[in-house]
Amino acid sequence: MTLSRRKFLIQSTLLGCSAAASPLLTPVTLAAAPGDNRLVVIILRGAMDGLGVVRPYGDANFTSYRPSLANREGTQDLDGFFALNGALGDLMPLWRAKELAFVHAVSTPYRDKRSHFDGQDLLETGSNDSAAAPKAGATGWLNRALGLLPDARQETAFSVGPARMLLLDGPQPYSSWSPNADLEMSPQTEALLAKIYADDPLFADSAEMAMALSAKTDATMARGREGNAKILAAFAAARLNEETRIASFSIGGWDTHNNQSRNLARALGQLSQAILALKSGLGANWQRTTVMAVTEFGRTARENGTKGTDHGTGGAMVLAGGALNGGQVFGQWPGLGEFDLYQNRDLQPTDDVRRYMGWALRDLFGMEASAIGSTVFPGVDMGENVGIIA
Amino acid sequence: MPTRSQVIQAARFEYGIRPDETRFNGSLLEQLTGEDPLDALLPDADTATRFAQLQRVREMRRSMGGGAAAFKKTMKELRSQGARDAMHIFARMVQNPRGFRERLTAFWLDHFTVSPKDPQEDYMLIAYVNDAIRPHIAGRFSALLKAAVTHPSMVFYLNQNNSIGPNSPRGRRQGKGLNENLAREVMELHTLGVGGPYTQDDVRQFAELLTGLGIGPGGMRFEPNRAEPGAETILGHSYGGGEPRLEDIYAFLDDLAMHPATAAHLARKLVVHFIGPAARPALVARMADAYLASGGNLMALYEVLLSDPAATASDFPKVRPPMEYAATVLRALNFDAESILNASMRDTRKFGKALSAMGQRPFKPGGPDGWPEEAESWVTPPQLAARIAWAGEAARDYVDTPDPRALLQAVLGDTAPEALSFAVSGAETKWEGVALLLVSPSLMRR
Repeated sequence: MTLSRRKFLIQSTLLGCSAAASPLLTPVTLAAAPGDNRLVVIILRGAMDGLGVVRPYGDANFTSYRPSLANREGTQDLDGFFALNGALGDLMPLWRAKELAFVHAVSTPYRDKRSHFDGQDLLETGSNDSAAAPKAGATGWLNRALGLLPDARQETAFSVGPARMLLLDGPQPYSSWSPNADLEMSPQTEALLAKIYADDPLFADSAEMAMALSAKTDATMARGREGNAKILAAFAAARLNEETRIASFSIGGWDTHNNQSRNLARALGQLSQAILALKSGLGANWQRTTVMAVTEFGRTARENGTKGTDHGTGGAMVLAGGALNGGQVFGQWPGLGEFDLYQNRDLQPTDDVRRYMGWALRDLFGMEASAIGSTVFPGVDMGENVGIIA
Repeated sequence: MPTRSQVIQAARFEYGIRPDETRFNGSLLEQLTGEDPLDALLPDADTATRFAQLQRVREMRRSMGGGAAAFKKTMKELRSQGARDAMHIFARMVQNPRGFRERLTAFWLDHFTVSPKDPQEDYMLIAYVNDAIRPHIAGRFSALLKAAVTHPSMVFYLNQNNSIGPNSPRGRRQGKGLNENLAREVMELHTLGVGGPYTQDDVRQFAELLTGLGIGPGGMRFEPNRAEPGAETILGHSYGGGEPRLEDIYAFLDDLAMHPATAAHLARKLVVHFIGPAARPALVARMADAYLASGGNLMALYEVLLSDPAATASDFPKVRPPMEYAATVLRALNFDAESILNASMRDTRKFGKALSAMGQRPFKPGGPDGWPEEAESWVTPPQLAARIAWAGEAARDYVDTPDPRALLQAVLGDTAPEALSFAVSGAETKWEGVALLLVSPSLMRR
């Protein structure tokens, strides 16, 4: 982690200063914020089954591949070809308001080994290296994107939740806090702590931010189960209503090898609640917001022997927000015929998920497409604008 | 006062210094051999006993229904036993003078990660640790591999129990098929490593070989009627072909254990876990060679690792994950392990919440790749805040707060950095002085 070191080292010489005077608690003020648009990136860990979420019931193979999973009960028709999994039914008003969209048959360049962990690393680093795991010192693509934002500062990007997100890791400073975290100590202890951490930047940076953010947030607002996506989303919305413009958190539970109907519905419920919490928390700012939920890869076109699906390749992304050109399923549908499938097994990816993320950055924050193609997603041919932002 | 080398050893390979402990008289390797008196601490925590109890619970539900008061009471007991078991595993870290033994148990439990999702799986976890992991940490890796991969906890966690050969009698009758989860993770995580020389075809063939491996009365059971018939070719060799047998699965696992890619993968993981993230190709190669030359003995890996200069170096690039950190803190405070074993449900839950806030929900890693190794993964601002809050509470409320200066000497000897000595004596109260010691990099790093 490379969080800003700011004043922590100076702080250690100010033994005994009062909390009010502590430079830790003094917000840095800069002239301009990087625009009013907001981006939320949600990492769906465990490989979301795109075919089970945005269901191609117009493709005859779909029902034959998935005898126990493809029934249409509870699903909501989207466009006559795709139907939405019923567990996202609460989002239908957003679909009708063009504030919800999907991209089908997309993937990172990751192929064949189908490891969650390598797949997630690749999704978060945005690397072009389709096989190898990222090396130590790898940076997240969202961190590199921050480097292209001229007015970015520590508060501009926020990692929400206790776990570190590779997506935001790198040399650009960013904030990290969890809605139910809290830290209280006397000014003297705070000063002494600064002293014992002074030679260890990992601890020094982290403690500095913990103290600053703890003073700013009220942990009691976040009672409830830890890892609850709704709480993370509400916290993200609160930050986005202040100085933050980019927020990111994770939702797990997508690895549906078994009994997928129930388990996928559970994970989708979390995602649905998170999106709705963002919308209600953001109020008027929702109109300037884009939510991108992305996953490491899709799952097998055919259901497996245990009413679930195994690791696949092409997947789907879920988009929401008032800034969206929504109400449509983006992407080029490859078909599900035996020869259309990747290795006669997985949905064939027809586009790179990074192109969609890249164009969103361009449309929301005005970054040059060429800079995105060289710095944020090196090696990606950005091509024509995918047009997901209104 | 501990010597410098004792402090370094306790940091890197154990759970830190426990001032009131009679230190184990022998080398780190010697900690691993012979009986461990703590094995007798919790009876009835073996797979057969636990599994029989789960069967009884299932029969109760069948005979009296899920709503019956007696059934509900039994389920409640089962749940609290699962929570007590977790505290028991934790208490051994705090109590065992053979700290390396506990660290290796934790290491291999993480290598063969299971993450219980319901009370019944919680209730089996300690049996998994006691039967599949603990007895095998200092023997042949093949024995550990076979015990872990075929244990009901693993079979259940990675869905092997209902993976069915599509052409087996049951597969044909019920139209059911494969689930390749366990096959993939054995190759990717447990043996060859994700960079290893296997393909999707190997995963598929291995998944077919694994069909038949299931759960039955007494624990693991092989069920020939759902095993895919015919031989499978994996990594260029043929397995099975006759009547389906568990031995065919064992034969492949034995070969996997002796694969050079497995040797390198295990060596690399041990180096990254105990030494640090820097690539040490020469050390890894020496460890892997020794392992293969010994016929796949884990002691050969440890021996080369422990004799490397990096094992006794005084820089500590790693950060203890929360459970390890909590054990280190409680050891430093001479915390009575009995009170961990007898903790109330309320305190147990509270402790679990504190660890979750530090980033580690106890014994519930997020995926089969276990907990992260990177120092950066354990020191996000909210995680560090949770460590500081918990350690402060421990210093203030868990024990009769000791003199922080004496404690500093007792756990760090003369290795304490000057800034830490200064801070510890400069605190306003005794407990804050102790808390500063407990949250210092000297106790968090290893």
